[in-house]
Amino acid sequence: MRLLLSCLFALFLNACATPQLRGTGDLGLIIERATGHVTLVNTSTRQPYARIAGLGDLSHASAVYTRDGRYAFIFGRDGGLTKIDLLEARIVKRVIQSGNAIGGSISQDGRIVVAQNYTPGGIKAFDAETLELLSEVPAEYAPGQFSKVVGLADTAGNKFAYALFEGGEIRITDFSDPKAPKTQRFPAGLQPYDGLVTPDGRYFMAGLFGEDGIALLDLWQPEKGARKILEKYGRGEEKLPVFKMPHLRGWSVAQGKAYLPAIGRHEVLVVDVATWKEVGRIPVRGQPVFVMARPDGRQIWVNFAFPDNGKVDVIDTLAGQVVHRMEPGKGILHMEFAPRGENVWLSARDDNKVVIYNTETFAKLGEIAADNPSGIFFTSRAARIGF
Amino acid sequence: MSANKWLIGLSLLSGVVCAAEPDAQRQKELVHLVRQDCGSCHGMTLKGGLGPALLPENLRDKPAEGLAATVYHGRPGTAMPPWKQFMSEAEAAWIVDKLMTKFPE
Repeated sequence: MRLLLSCLFALFLNACATPQLRGTGDLGLIIERATGHVTLVNTSTRQPYARIAGLGDLSHASAVYTRDGRYAFIFGRDGGLTKIDLLEARIVKRVIQSGNAIGGSISQDGRIVVAQNYTPGGIKAFDAETLELLSEVPAEYAPGQFSKVVGLADTAGNKFAYALFEGGEIRITDFSDPKAPKTQRFPAGLQPYDGLVTPDGRYFMAGLFGEDGIALLDLWQPEKGARKILEKYGRGEEKLPVFKMPHLRGWSVAQGKAYLPAIGRHEVLVVDVATWKEVGRIPVRGQPVFVMARPDGRQIWVNFAFPDNGKVDVIDTLAGQVVHRMEPGKGILHMEFAPRGENVWLSARDDNKVVIYNTETFAKLGEIAADNPSGIFFTSRAARIGF
Repeated sequence: MSANKWLIGLSLLSGVVCAAEPDAQRQKELVHLVRQDCGSCHGMTLKGGLGPALLPENLRDKPAEGLAATVYHGRPGTAMPPWKQFMSEAEAAWIVDKLMTKFPE
């Protein structure tokens, strides 16, 4: 009997000592912007599983993942860069790297995290393991003049592409030697507001606010310089006021076409990515902010700037028009698709919740309470170029 | 009556006239608008983003009327849109007054 008991005891100890193994492919996080929290979520159970505090000012925060999906790097507005462990649900390390940051990206090999900053304008590279500062590249576009950096995206070969808002240029910085980066500069146009790298990693596009058009740079042959596409799409018509800047990212490319927000027009612009010619415009119910393709490219989901930020339009790429209009909540700030797109999560900032919808039937599947939620980031981003 | 008293009297009077102060409910709406929607560019904490910082120390040397006009009419050639469809001129002036002193949470 004693032997049996001690055997049971040993078994029990053993069970306690062996941590439960777990993958990260169906995990993600929700930014709670006002209170400096992130809520960790599981996209299979569609439930939160932990909440982490102490991340500072998370307005306009974004996240990127290590390639194993275990660690997220969160870039806060206050210049905070926080590395969190999704499995242990804790902060691993946190540094304040600038005065005012806007986002960041991670290198192709997963070893360098780069933050893009407004103040002081420029980018900074960190060791993904330790968050040790490796190097920085100020966004000096004229002697003594520094620009805000927008649209930073990773590209092949540990290079990063980005644009300068005041400087009106596109830059590529090569961090192959992380402590001695090399930067190439290309004139782009007036006031680039954000940028994207196409999903194949070949092209960088910078949306322009100061003029109608988009600057396009072929990253395979950058020596050819940036050129403008969709030039003068407004054709001199008076622009509608833009109460929030749109966001660009590689998610807007689907089925051989790029679906891009117009500036000052309530339209989504459609461009053929083989010819870079405009092939259509789709009227929507407001100034588009996020124009995001479902991973299979069949649908494009569009949310809007204030005062239309309670609406979402869904475009069917086969029909080439809006096929579903919804009002899923107040202050819809962001959307994220489940890795293969069967459902979509939307953050309703002013309703303090994230709502989850089936993308095929548009039926609501559930909701998760969150304090002023903004960005939603799933680990499926870890394997994508330009995120 | 001394000149000083006159000035105090005048400022009190103008206080009464200008302070067509929004009621409590409206103030709450305006604070939410500034923090959340102006905050898209200026930052939720108003420390700046794509748009400039709007903290008292950033605005101190600027004339209040000019700032209120920028809020109401926007500033052509920049990313600042006009907000007149969402507020009155008096409300724009109230927002500027709060920004220049201490903006409510």
